[in-house]
Amino acid sequence: MAQQLLLNVVLAFVWMFLADSFTGSSFVIGYLLGLGIMFALRRYFSTTFYVVPLFVIGKLTVIFMKELLLANWAVLKIVLSPSLDMKPCIFALPLEVKKDWEITLLSSLITLTPGTFVIDVSDDKKLIYIHTIDAPDVDEVIRQIKTSFEKTILEVSR
Amino acid sequence: MNVTEIIEGLVVLLVVAGALLTVISAIGALRLPDIYTRSHAISKSTTLGIMLILTGTLLHFWFRHDHVNSRLLLAIVFIFLTSPVSAHLISRAAYYSGVRPWEGTVRDDLAERRETLAKSAKR
Repeated sequence: MAQQLLLNVVLAFVWMFLADSFTGSSFVIGYLLGLGIMFALRRYFSTTFYVVPLFVIGKLTVIFMKELLLANWAVLKIVLSPSLDMKPCIFALPLEVKKDWEITLLSSLITLTPGTFVIDVSDDKKLIYIHTIDAPDVDEVIRQIKTSFEKTILEVSR
Repeated sequence: MNVTEIIEGLVVLLVVAGALLTVISAIGALRLPDIYTRSHAISKSTTLGIMLILTGTLLHFWFRHDHVNSRLLLAIVFIFLTSPVSAHLISRAAYYSGVRPWEGTVRDDLAERRETLAKSAKR
């Protein structure tokens, strides 16, 4: 993905040299032309056309914001409820993501989602230990959220 | 209602919501039973609370004084990235130095791992 981005910037610079005008707007024109060329030649790249991962990253940011708001709503309800009838639990979740940055991103996402945060990642990077604030109703729902997060992260790094 | 009034209302709303969330996380720190549940309240509510206050400040200086302070934007991103990690590190350190979770805790998959680590530390 970074290589494709770099190639696109180089194409924009080639356009600037061809047009003999070194301004921001000619860079933008060259960049858009280069984007068209790269879209036409996308089957020669080993990874997906890099605009797709960029969109997925945007999607991930929106999910992050939404989950942060929901998490705060959940915490607010627990803290301000008259009786503290929660059932905390620590459970292990098998990881599908492999690379370190993916695990870090996933655990940040988990920490900011409603009612969960990460306590530890096992040494072989296959399990992630999560503390939930209210086990019975959250456990399965959380698992679903996690699979959707993990899927989105895998879409970025594919 | 003109644009300035709408923006001012938004700024007031953001700052008040941020302050309220910070208060709620302080209440959570007092009321919740153990370090892990407290960590939930503190890491989430203060993160969003401070982000809201900083966003309100950014908007205020942007629209009233025509000054975009990029440092505030950077601070928002910084807090967003670092505070969940610090919550994770503190609770992890607490767990491995033997702080028991609250007795209401129903399940503990990490206990086994802690036992083995404690044994190897003694040896």
